[in-house]
Amino acid sequence: MSTAKRPPSRPIRDFVISRSLSGLVSLILVTALIFIGTAMLPGDTASALLGQNATPAALEALRQDLRLDDPLYLRYFGWFWDVLHGDLGVSLASGRPVSEVLLPRLQNSMLLALVASLFLLPVAIGGGIAAAIWKDSWFDRALGFTSMLFLAMPAFLVGYILIYALSVRMGWFPSMSVAPLMGGVGPWVKVLALPVLALVIIGQAHTMKLTRTAILSVLSTDYILMAEVKGISRRRIILLHALPNALSPILSISILTVAYLIVDVVVVEIVFSYPGLGKLMVDSVAYRDLTVVQACGLFFALIFVAMNFLADFLAMLANPRQRVPARGAV
Amino acid sequence: MRNFGFIAAVICFALLVLAAIFAPLLAPYSPSEPVHMAYAAPDKKALLGADSLGRDMLSRILFGLRYTLGIALSVSILAAGVGVTLAFLAAFRKGWTDLLLGRLVDAVMSVPQIIFALVVLAVAGVSLPVLILTMAVLEATLFYRVIRPVAGDIVAMDYVEVARLRGEGIGWYLFREILPNAAPTLIAEFGIRIAYAVLFISGLSFLGVGVQPPDADLGGLVRENALAISVGQLSPLAPAVCIALITLSVNGIVDWFIHKYSVRGELG
Repeated sequence: MSTAKRPPSRPIRDFVISRSLSGLVSLILVTALIFIGTAMLPGDTASALLGQNATPAALEALRQDLRLDDPLYLRYFGWFWDVLHGDLGVSLASGRPVSEVLLPRLQNSMLLALVASLFLLPVAIGGGIAAAIWKDSWFDRALGFTSMLFLAMPAFLVGYILIYALSVRMGWFPSMSVAPLMGGVGPWVKVLALPVLALVIIGQAHTMKLTRTAILSVLSTDYILMAEVKGISRRRIILLHALPNALSPILSISILTVAYLIVDVVVVEIVFSYPGLGKLMVDSVAYRDLTVVQACGLFFALIFVAMNFLADFLAMLANPRQRVPARGAV
Repeated sequence: MRNFGFIAAVICFALLVLAAIFAPLLAPYSPSEPVHMAYAAPDKKALLGADSLGRDMLSRILFGLRYTLGIALSVSILAAGVGVTLAFLAAFRKGWTDLLLGRLVDAVMSVPQIIFALVVLAVAGVSLPVLILTMAVLEATLFYRVIRPVAGDIVAMDYVEVARLRGEGIGWYLFREILPNAAPTLIAEFGIRIAYAVLFISGLSFLGVGVQPPDADLGGLVRENALAISVGQLSPLAPAVCIALITLSVNGIVDWFIHKYSVRGELG
């Protein structure tokens, strides 16, 4: 024993394992909650599906079909098993396979989120950096004021103001996104324009605030003070000293923003009747199409958990000290 | 500047609360009777116009304000009660209680609130008690998150240790020692949560899973009248602006409070 060896420390492996486990726990908890809730329903899915005039024999047959007579935990494990095999069940409202209903909507949601983040991220992160550089200037104050305003507004207010101004008054865009979802780029631009604009306006405030905080927290470290004492210009300090160190928080902020854009856009999708996953979920709630609601909930939760995981993971890779000022719910 | 904003916020919030309380006296018409032409434009008789059934918009907004503020307030009080109690319980007991509660809160928080609420409301059906309970549970996790570290700090403080050594009961030092010390953080968080609950219930009602017709809160009013926007009417924006006024004024008051009492930590 000449060189004492430390026990190997594998922070990345530990992180991946512990976070995957806790993510899995969340998903199991959420899906289990759905099932416990379903069991508490007055009446069951079969009678809801067949309506008042169903014959007892038909009800019984459907109950068997949907395995409604099994005990709760068996149904839960059965459902979970099927989901793992890619079978999300059958939509109670339309009788079509849930995956067939769900996947096109998921694609639409992804497209909206992608396009929105292409516009939102540069604007919000650039704005946040600029606000941090010129802290307490009129620019910073103006940005602070507008973010406060937009954070206080309900999302549908922004949406309807846009519809009123750009669609009703100006007639530039259709007020509903039900236009053809195929046939070249032209119609797509028109369909996406208003929802994307609304999302950028609503989403930028939070991302900008987080970026500003991240940059300012790096600016308050000792080595920045050192650079200032040496007499380096503030612009140079920020671009060459602070920004590289703020990259990891900015990276995780960006990913969380995209997660927000995929998941938390339900209201915006409804305002513009955009055929995304959120609208599907809300419509299914109205029909009490529980299998679709379940699948939507599962997908949303999965996306959110995965994106949060990714954000923290990348932040950790980029910065071993895990300086992550912005964590938790967006 | 901050003081000016604060005074404006207080006045605005007070007016909104008074309007909600005295809605039956203030409303010029019944909120549920058709008294004008359908989609009547604003004039002297109907200050904010009428909805698709000819009901008076101003009267409906005044009554909608009651729903929105009432629900937001009851949700926040319930959530604060549950969240704070559990946070202090976890800080006291530590060990398994702390671990389990922490995991549970993490699990609930890892799913977006609106998705969680939609799932629960789809399963349990939409009714006022279910609505308030669901929102309160979701909000309670946020109270827990914010208060748990504060509770941990306070429990570890010397004077609490002294009280514990003196053999005081759990209730005594909870109310005499701990709550007074946690009060600023609690009050600030409570304000933020009210503003958030207002946006939350408005969003749910807008999606059709909140307050059910013929009654309507502010979000529900926007939903009911959304179609009027595309024919160039602005009346659906009035309740939406009302919602923004509530959250803005609450935020203004909280902002002032946080600076005045320099509340620790990151809130929000």
